[in-house]
Amino acid sequence: MTKLATVARFSFAVALLAMAAMFPAVSTRAADTQVQIDQFIFAPQRVSVKAGTTVTWVNDDDIPHVVVSSKKLFKSKTLDTNDRFSFTFTTPGTYEYFCSLHPHMTGTVVVEAATGSKAAQ
Amino acid sequence: MTSDQNESSGVSRRKILECMTWAGTGVLWSLAGGTPRSVGIIGAATAAEPSGLTFLQISDSHVGFDKPANPNALGTLEEAINKIHSMPVKPSFIIHTGDITHLSKPSEFDDADRIISQARLDVHYVPGEHDVLDEDVKLYRDRYGRGTKGTGWYSFDANGVHFVGLVNVVDLKAGGLGNLGDDQLAWLEDDLKGRSASTPIVVFAHIPLWTVYPAWGWGTEDAARALNYLKRFGSVTVLNGHIHQIMQKVEGSVTFHTAMSTAFPQPAPGAAPSPGPMKVADDKLRSLLGVTDVSVKRGQQRLAIIDQPLQG
Repeated sequence: MTKLATVARFSFAVALLAMAAMFPAVSTRAADTQVQIDQFIFAPQRVSVKAGTTVTWVNDDDIPHVVVSSKKLFKSKTLDTNDRFSFTFTTPGTYEYFCSLHPHMTGTVVVEAATGSKAAQ
Repeated sequence: MTSDQNESSGVSRRKILECMTWAGTGVLWSLAGGTPRSVGIIGAATAAEPSGLTFLQISDSHVGFDKPANPNALGTLEEAINKIHSMPVKPSFIIHTGDITHLSKPSEFDDADRIISQARLDVHYVPGEHDVLDEDVKLYRDRYGRGTKGTGWYSFDANGVHFVGLVNVVDLKAGGLGNLGDDQLAWLEDDLKGRSASTPIVVFAHIPLWTVYPAWGWGTEDAARALNYLKRFGSVTVLNGHIHQIMQKVEGSVTFHTAMSTAFPQPAPGAAPSPGPMKVADDKLRSLLGVTDVSVKRGQQRLAIIDQPLQG
């Protein structure tokens, strides 16, 4: 993706805009975000990230958990103790998720447009 | 309990009197392995004479669990199975109320089978959420699903008692509790239709069918619909696991009971930040693990339910 974006920067304006639309977060360099699963709670329970951010869940519990998007957008494998699962959010929106084993465990990822992205300037 | 039984079991007069006291306040004591155990049936039932049907409930064996709360869950399952050999009346069969394994691994199912088969008894299973971690519940159903419907529900009859095994750990919804689903509820309604109201019913499922503690997910979203189909029956016993501790509630003709785990204890509702495995002193662990002995005595409305810790 980075290579594509670099190429786009040297292309015609139209092509550049098209690439920006396709990969809006490429040059954002958003800091990746971690969610701890601890004591049957997603912490933080709600995270706000820029588009393009990779969110990583880490299971600190002695019991396995499974991270599942409520709209079936993503689903981790069974996360045993210390296992992790990552998902990169490219499209702005609000993403609800829960643990399919312990559905009272819920969380939200809010993805905002990657403003300040070089591609969009 | 008759005096004959007491003598043959070598129980002291003082113990018998304790029994009587408890019976008077609604908790039944019975004799198991020569030792009286508390926590039993509430109501009019007297101590179970082992004359009717007796079966054993084991639950939450979590084979594969190796964390500090119990590094050897397979070993304590074996201890639980060995208890059968010291029982004065050998149970007719076993009910396992789920979480056979910890991570649904084939090797964990194999280990569980190897130990549980030492009981040389028929075992009627329902899955826990730890047994259905593969997408299509194939591992569980390949082993235990023969003759079952949907994701593994079924019924059978023994000694005039109708047993119903339900699955409430599949397709759980965000923010919700255990879930039976429309298909299973429709089957249950049909399964109970036409049965005499005097037929004793035993329903077993992994997650409690009564709301124990919703903040920890300890309940079943649509259990009320199932209980509605059961309310015309004079004797209904609901046996669950999942919460790794004994709890009992009586509502009309329905007795709800949860069993201990054979693997690790969990905290009382709200007594800890989460329902995760509870680490206790090593010498206390076996007093919090165990099995449940259930006896049906003809003419008694309620079944005698006797919880037996592995030790203490």
